[in-house]
Parts: sequence; structure tokens; C-alpha cells
Amino acid sequence: MALLDVRDLHTTFRTDDGLVKAVDGVSFTVEPGQTLGIVGESGSGKSVTCLTIMGLNDRRSAITSGQALFKGADLLAMPKNQLRALRGNEISMIFQDPMTSLNPVHTIGRQLVEAVHLHQDVSRSSARSQSLDVLKAVGIPNAERRIDDYPHQFSGGMRQRVMIAMALINHPDLLIADEPTTALDVTTQAQILKLMDTLQKEYGSAIVMITHDLGVVAEIADDVVVMYGAQVVERATAEELFARPSMPYTWGLLGSLPRIDHDVERLAQIPGTPPSLLNPPPGCRFHPRCTYAMSICQSEQPPLASATGSETHLSRCHLDPATRLTEIKKLESGHFAEVT
Amino acid sequence: MTRYVIRRILWALVLFVVVTFVSYVIFFLIPADPVKLFAGRQATPEDMARAAAFYGLDQPFYVQYWKFLSRLVTHGVIGEKALGFSFVNRQWIASGVQSRAPVTASLVLGGAVMWMILAVPIGIVSALRPRSLIDRGATVFVLIGISAHPVFLALIFLYIFGYKLHMFPIGSYADFFNPPPGQAGGPLQWAWHMFLPWCTFAILFAALYVRMIRASVIETMNEDYVRTARAKGAPEWVVMRSHILRNALLPIVTMLGMDIALGLGGAVFTESVYSLPGLGQWAVQSLETFDLPVTMGVVVFATTAVLVVNVIVDVLYAVIDPRIKLA
Repeated sequence: MALLDVRDLHTTFRTDDGLVKAVDGVSFTVEPGQTLGIVGESGSGKSVTCLTIMGLNDRRSAITSGQALFKGADLLAMPKNQLRALRGNEISMIFQDPMTSLNPVHTIGRQLVEAVHLHQDVSRSSARSQSLDVLKAVGIPNAERRIDDYPHQFSGGMRQRVMIAMALINHPDLLIADEPTTALDVTTQAQILKLMDTLQKEYGSAIVMITHDLGVVAEIADDVVVMYGAQVVERATAEELFARPSMPYTWGLLGSLPRIDHDVERLAQIPGTPPSLLNPPPGCRFHPRCTYAMSICQSEQPPLASATGSETHLSRCHLDPATRLTEIKKLESGHFAEVT
Repeated sequence: MTRYVIRRILWALVLFVVVTFVSYVIFFLIPADPVKLFAGRQATPEDMARAAAFYGLDQPFYVQYWKFLSRLVTHGVIGEKALGFSFVNRQWIASGVQSRAPVTASLVLGGAVMWMILAVPIGIVSALRPRSLIDRGATVFVLIGISAHPVFLALIFLYIFGYKLHMFPIGSYADFFNPPPGQAGGPLQWAWHMFLPWCTFAILFAALYVRMIRASVIETMNEDYVRTARAKGAPEWVVMRSHILRNALLPIVTMLGMDIALGLGGAVFTESVYSLPGLGQWAVQSLETFDLPVTMGVVVFATTAVLVVNVIVDVLYAVIDPRIKLA
């Protein structure tokens, strides 16, 4: 059984302008101990998907439907108290901006101890020693001394380490990381990713890694979900995705990556802007920006179906397999960047 | 920290001199001749000169101001003669301050407690349920509180709760510790006598604070660390107490310090209507009778109180907000 099985998830926000469909029929699964990468540009619904699973959306404005089965129990349907007992215990989350994600008026020690006490019935000293251990595990130097420091006394990278420590302190089975490296500089990014990789092996947690950086996905993900306009447009194992990306949006994402083995004048970009979720385009959501768009793309939404014959590799596109294969070959040879 | 406190005290001294000097200037700008008042209606020019010399009013105001300052220093500020004597009844000012300051302190501090008791829950509830019935009700309360003058409110309260319903005493004060013989006193009597004045005094500030706390709580609720707390699995009341309120009330503490000081000014109205023998009422009387030493006594006391409260608030703020370092 999958650890997390998300089925046909919908999240709609009531706004002054109308209903915004931020997540529109998203499904994916996460196996125990595996890493799922969710990729997409800003506003594609990847963060909202995870906040919905965690039950952290604003209750007044969010309307949710579908299922999110965690170990068989539906997170969206369970009572608030039951979900709260899971949060921070079996499912943890780390956020994008470590500068603002820690409470400025409490020491990090107190915030870690709070996380322990919320889910374990242990003494103060035991909670503190657990906190100290996990701080050491995430590589905070002088942890004994720094445990009584306040968040503002830490750098961004160190704060993200503290956030990871806090997320892992109760040994969760699932860790949701919402762009954990986006706000950090490049060298720190690499350190944090490596740390998450090491800790995953040590703690055996499954990870859902939300990112807009395909490089990050290539580095740590086992499976990948590509989101566009609140929907899943491609779903595959990481291997399959990078070997045979099968729809134009993914091609665009891959084409816009700098590559060390090809020398191009200028990186390709995807023309146009992301679709409005208040009023999404009819047919395929990507068609206004797609260089391959046909007439059917404007009227009919392509289903999420196997593109390459593999059962684990699904994508949304009307293009016939032959055309896709030629395009994948071009991308492979680096020719793609110039064509687009 | 020590250096900070020393620097603040030096600044406080400078401010003290400026405030008292300006008060002197204003007194001497008033187009009236206090000497004529004190010497009596039938006074001859000689009597007037004698009276002026007696009160020291024959000298230029800067000399008088200098005498005022040196008297403060030589008698050690809280000494009996430090503030001189009243022109009107020739009693020492210091003993007047001593007997009246507790009344004003009762009003202002009790009022501050009252306005926080009102404002914190109302502010929080209307932040949690924006646009709900309670929130709209709070908005009406805020509008009334800001618009209604304390004198008007005091008269309404006295008429309804004192005169009509006989629930509270009208226009008297009961001492907390040592009531004069034959008069009511003690904590209970004190609180009963002060209840209406507290309400009157607190409503304006309670209204302002409901607004401020509501805004501050709403802002804090959207902070990332509040989401982190929820993601940790903290129950709502822990999120509210330990993460939202702790941060949302930081700016309120600063405001509270300033407003308690500001409240000394507002106390004048409340004291006058409820006939409370406090400093505010005394200051008003002294202005009507050109009793300069009394005016200055109240100014000295109020200035010192404001300066001390501000230093306390700054130090307190550094204690509750770890990001602030006093230097």
C-alpha cells in the first residue's frame, strides 16, 4: 500500500473576484521511504496541493474535495484532532522561507521542545536531549550552546537546518518540503539537499519535494509530478522523465535548463505567461503557449494517459507518439533549445 | 544595559529642564497679574510690592525659574520644601502631591487595567471572526469610545448608575489604605468608588486598543511561523497563546507605556467630574487661581512619571522581545 495516495484532489478558493481553482483533479502516490518531486512554475498549484494535504489552508476560503489517503486513512475527511495528532508527528512539513518560519520570540530549543511535547509524553530533560541530538544531526555547530539562541542569531541556511530538525524530531514517515532551498544561496542549497538525502536514509522518511528546479529533482527524486495550471501534466519515475519527457511543457522546462554538454547562445524560454486559474483556458491549459498546438488542443482537454507504453509514465497531450519521439530525440541532441 | 540606562537618565534630565522651563514661560505669558489677586482688592501699591517680594514675583521669570530649579536640587526633589509652597493657602506643595498622587495613580493604573481587560478579548475575538456580529459590534463600540468625550460619558454614567439606579456612589473617593476618620475606606470601598471613573477613563483607550489589537493579531495570524506551529501539530489555543498573542502584543506593550503617560492628561476631566481629589483636578484649580507653585508641582510630578514609565517600558520591551538589544 502506498504511504500517501492522493486521489482527484480539488482545492478552490473563494476570492473577491470569484472562485480560483488552485488544485484541479490532482492524483499521485508516494511510496514509503521514496522521494516524490513536484515540479512546476509559480502558481501551478504545487504548494496548495501540499497545504491541502496538511489541512493548513485557510478554512474560511478554501473548498476541498477528493481524497488524500495516508496509510489508508483519508486526511481530508478525518476529524481535526486526529489530523493534528498526525501533523508534526507522522507527517511533517518544512517551508520555503526559513527567515520567517521560526517564531522570533522563542529560543530554537523551546520551539524544538514544543514539537516533542506535542506528540510525546516525555520529561523536559528528555525532550531537550532529543532536541540537542537532532540539532547535531542536522549539523548545527556548537549545538549545546546554540540551542538557547533565538532565530535571529542564525543565518538562513542554519535556520533551514533548524526547520529540518524540527520536522524530523518525531521521526515522521512523510516529510513535505515546500521549496526548502529556494530562499538560500547556491552553496547552501547543495548542503541542505545533501543533508536531506542523508537524513532520509537515516530516518527512512518518504519525502515530497516541491520545487521549480529540475536540477533538484534530478538529484533526489525517485518519482516526479509535473504540474501546470493546477493540474498534473506529466507523471513518471525520475529516470523516465529525464530519458523520455513526453509533453511540450516538460520539454520547455528541460530546454530552459543550462546544460554542461551543450553550448548554446541563449537558454530557451517558454513564451507567454502562466494561465489564470480564475478563468483557465478551454481545452489543454498549455495550448496558448504551446508551439505544437493543434485545433483539438483548443477545445478538448487531453486525458492523463500513458504516452510511452509504460504504466508509470503518464502525460496530458494530444500529440501522436511519433511526433513526440522525434521531439524527444531533438531534445536529447541539444537541438531542441534552438528549435523552440 | 547599564550604559543604556545612564544615557536614558541623562536625556530624561534634559527633557525635564525643557518641560519645566516651557511651563514657566507659558505661565508668565498669561495676561494676568497674580500679585493683584494675592494682595487683595483694597491693596495699596506698597502692599502690592510687598506681596510681589514675598512670593518672589518681583524678579524676572528666568531668575524665578533658576530659584525653582536650585530649590529642587538643594531640597532633594522629594524633600518637603523642594517644590515651595502654594500662593493660595501657603501649604507645602510636596505634601499636596503626596496626598493627591495616589488618587491619580488609582485612576490611571486601574483604568489601564480596565481598558486592557476590555480590549484584549474583544480585539482577539474580532480578529478571529472578521466581519462577524461580534466584530461589527466591536466596531460600533470603538466608534462610540473614540467619539464620546469623557465629561459627557461621566455625566451619563453618574446619572444612570449613580442617581437613578443607586449602584455606585456619586462624586466621592475612598482611600485604599488610610481613610480619614468617619469616612469609607479599604480595598473594596476604594474599588466601588473608583469603578465609574475607571470605566469613563478606560473607554477611549479601550476603543483604540481594540482596533490596535485586532489589526496586530490579524497581521500576526498570517505570519509563516504561525503556519509552522500548526504544521507541528499544535492545537489552536497553543497557537494563539504561544505564537500569535506573544508576538501580536509586543507593539501593544510599547503603546501601553506611552498611553498610560498620556492618560495623566485625560485624568483631568475624569477627576473633575467625579470630584476625585487628584492631581488633575488640582492642576485645573491652580490655573484658575494663578497658583504657579502648584502648577509646577503637578508638572514636575507628571514629567517625572512619564519619563520613568518610558524607561521602564523600554527595558521591559528588551526583556520580552529578544531581537531588541539596548545599547
